[in-house]
Amino acid sequence: MLIKIAKPSDLNESDVTPESIYLSRRRFMGGMAGLGAGLALSGHVRANEDYSDVPEGDAPAWLKEKISETEWRAITPSNPDKDKIAPFDDASGYNNFFEFGTDKGDPARYAGSLETQPWSVVVDGEVNNGGRFALEDIAKPSQFEERIYRLRCVEAWSMVIPWLGIPLADIIKRADPTSKAKYVRFETLVDPEQMRGQRSSFSIIDWPYVEGLRMDEAMHPLTIMAMGMYGRELPNQNGAPLRLVVPWKYGFKSIKSIVRISLVEEEPVNSWQQIASDEYGFYANVNPKVDHPRWSQATERRLPNSLFSPNTIETRMFNGYEDEVAELYAGMDLRKHY
Amino acid sequence: MATQHKWLAWRVAVFLAALTPLLFWSWQVANNAAGPEPGRYLLLNIGIGGLWMLLLTLSLTPLTKLTRWKGFALIRRQLGLWTLAYATLHMLSYALFILGLNWALLGSEIVKRPYIIVGMIALIGLAVLGVTSNKWSMRKLGKRWKPLHKFSYAILGLVLLHFFWVVRADMGEWAAYALVAALIMATRLPPVARTLPKLRYRLSRT
Repeated sequence: MLIKIAKPSDLNESDVTPESIYLSRRRFMGGMAGLGAGLALSGHVRANEDYSDVPEGDAPAWLKEKISETEWRAITPSNPDKDKIAPFDDASGYNNFFEFGTDKGDPARYAGSLETQPWSVVVDGEVNNGGRFALEDIAKPSQFEERIYRLRCVEAWSMVIPWLGIPLADIIKRADPTSKAKYVRFETLVDPEQMRGQRSSFSIIDWPYVEGLRMDEAMHPLTIMAMGMYGRELPNQNGAPLRLVVPWKYGFKSIKSIVRISLVEEEPVNSWQQIASDEYGFYANVNPKVDHPRWSQATERRLPNSLFSPNTIETRMFNGYEDEVAELYAGMDLRKHY
Repeated sequence: MATQHKWLAWRVAVFLAALTPLLFWSWQVANNAAGPEPGRYLLLNIGIGGLWMLLLTLSLTPLTKLTRWKGFALIRRQLGLWTLAYATLHMLSYALFILGLNWALLGSEIVKRPYIIVGMIALIGLAVLGVTSNKWSMRKLGKRWKPLHKFSYAILGLVLLHFFWVVRADMGEWAAYALVAALIMATRLPPVARTLPKLRYRLSRT
């Protein structure tokens, strides 16, 4: 649990909506939203109580304060019964973060060696207001929001994660891009001393890990820069202290431990495209109709699952965010631009 | 009589040692210690376990040449059958825990994915060797038995290819297994194979 400093505006325990009513209201609003399906907005519901079993982290004071002022449940799944939040231990114990090893347990085992305080991010390229910024200064001007998103890995498994973060659009606007800025390019930290996966001489990845978004994707309100999850700061293995979350794209697009954000004119070559361009493209939108050459993308295993119920569900176009993002790709051949 | 008992104890010990990983992983799954995707956990561990069994099986002949200890030859059939058992469980884990016994999907995946095709060929090969591993088949096949069972070398190659195609980001682990496999196969090259007994002679004299 985070240390909570009560504010006069805070709700009392008695003000908390009983879950049954909360859920039915959610369903009602989900129904109302109809066309905006998936995006049910609610007021400031206090969510810290929901994470009472989540271990306390070691966030700096400024981050604790930002988190305590979060707009909780800003975006939630329209069907919370189907999209149940994964247990914290699973979300923080089963990760792909190849900087720390290739086994899904490696990041949780070895990411403790990453020093995340202090942290700064270089914002450069086609911007008028570039430079190196302390993470604190990037976070402070924006309102933290809790976004409960489905995360669909390209390996055909998925989890539902409650992120805490700010819209990427806020950061880009403050950087004041020039008219030449067409894409956003992101870079993960390179530091073999702290990241043991980068010491492997058999790694296929040419560090740093690079990802990119088209400008309109980066500016989309669903795209966030996360600094926390489950009511606390990000565990290192989940990409602390700053990571991208783009819920309609495969998980590998959501680059972790970011040290550089560049506004560029040319489409960046992201790491996986560089490694195997026949398997991974620049867009990497979740698409059940376009298979990975080595496995089907038509279904996914929603985790946690158990031995005899693999919890296999149909994968949805744009990971279920079709209504919000399909227009970004109008007229594009998504078979070609996978 | 005493030596009979000794060899039986040795074979039982090998049997239990080969069974232990399976029991250990099952125990982990039963105690929620196998992560959020226990089926995949079993699938990958049993797969690697099967590769271990195959490498161990194929290392018995050079070990016998090197030491002339009878014990290695005595467990060759058993370890070969363990390889088949692990491979079968690996495939069943995939069908049960990953595909959820969706037969249509299994059919289309087997046809479409090269790494699965290669894995299936290796499994069928192991099954053929398993079925023909008894004394009756050895007698029946006579001189053809040995060349048939040399197909296990090809199976090792197929298994490594299957593994190679599954790797996503780091070849380190695969390279380590490939190196061990290469060493084991190198002992079968005629010049090396001829040297092994001489090496034993030299070792026994020092």
